[in-house]
Amino acid sequence: MESQGHDALACSEVFELLSDYLDGSLAPEDCERVRRHIHDCAPCVEFLESLRQSVSLCREYGSIERPAPLSPDVRERLMELYRRATHQE
Amino acid sequence: MDRQQEIDLARAVLGGDTAAFDQFVELYRTKIFQYSYLMCGQREDAEEVSQDTLLKVFENLNQLREPERMKAWVFRIAKNACLMKRRRSIFAPKYELSLEDLMPPGEWHDGERRLEIADWKNLPDAEYLAREMSGALRKAIAELPEIYRSVVLLRDLEEMTTEEAAEILDLSIDAVKTRLHRGRLAIRKKLDDYLRTAERV
Ligand SMILES: [Zn+2]
Repeated sequence: MESQGHDALACSEVFELLSDYLDGSLAPEDCERVRRHIHDCAPCVEFLESLRQSVSLCREYGSIERPAPLSPDVRERLMELYRRATHQE
Repeated sequence: MDRQQEIDLARAVLGGDTAAFDQFVELYRTKIFQYSYLMCGQREDAEEVSQDTLLKVFENLNQLREPERMKAWVFRIAKNACLMKRRRSIFAPKYELSLEDLMPPGEWHDGERRLEIADWKNLPDAEYLAREMSGALRKAIAELPEIYRSVVLLRDLEEMTTEEAAEILDLSIDAVKTRLHRGRLAIRKKLDDYLRTAERV
């Protein structure tokens, strides 16, 4: 917005920074500029919320797929290598 | 299991603690299976990749000293095993995602109007929803071009750091960040389409 002065960000610029903003990896001054823009911009708030939710869904997805049970033979082979690597044979 | 527990487990395994062995094998078997299933697209390939990776991990275990580096080290081996598999399978089309295409339609400048997106504010909690939407989520991830998919899997599903993802994938920090953002936006867009269809039904 005009009143925010020359360093105010446009929606499209904010859009580019949203992942870094969510991850807390923006430089403090950029973070502040994004925060200021979002404060006054309903569409960006709404979009940010959708992105945040979508990222949380991906984090939760992490535990859904399971492999077939480990076969005893493979476990035996792994254990053998493990003992060798840690000098326990 | 959180980050610290993963490091503690890695430390126990490196220290020769056979009681930690089974827990470690189960944890990484599942993680690598999931990563490679979404990278290769075939369940059998993913089973093989997770088995081959663990064999390599234990064969070379004495090369690793720091437990903090275990996860990235294992995933680097897994990534290479996936690449070997993928040579023999169908590649997902390579194309770049543009930010413009990932911006939703609607009015961005007028605070009064809403974007044309789903209602993301009143969703059930993420754990429940991830289960409910697992098919849509899987599809959204699997359809990402590979260069974005690998970054999203490591950063968001495995919750690794930008630096770890960069090391595993041989990318710069900036490339990881750029790809992560585009990948996330593309997934968000697909889930948005899914939610809006679900709202209409
Ligand atoms: Zn805005």
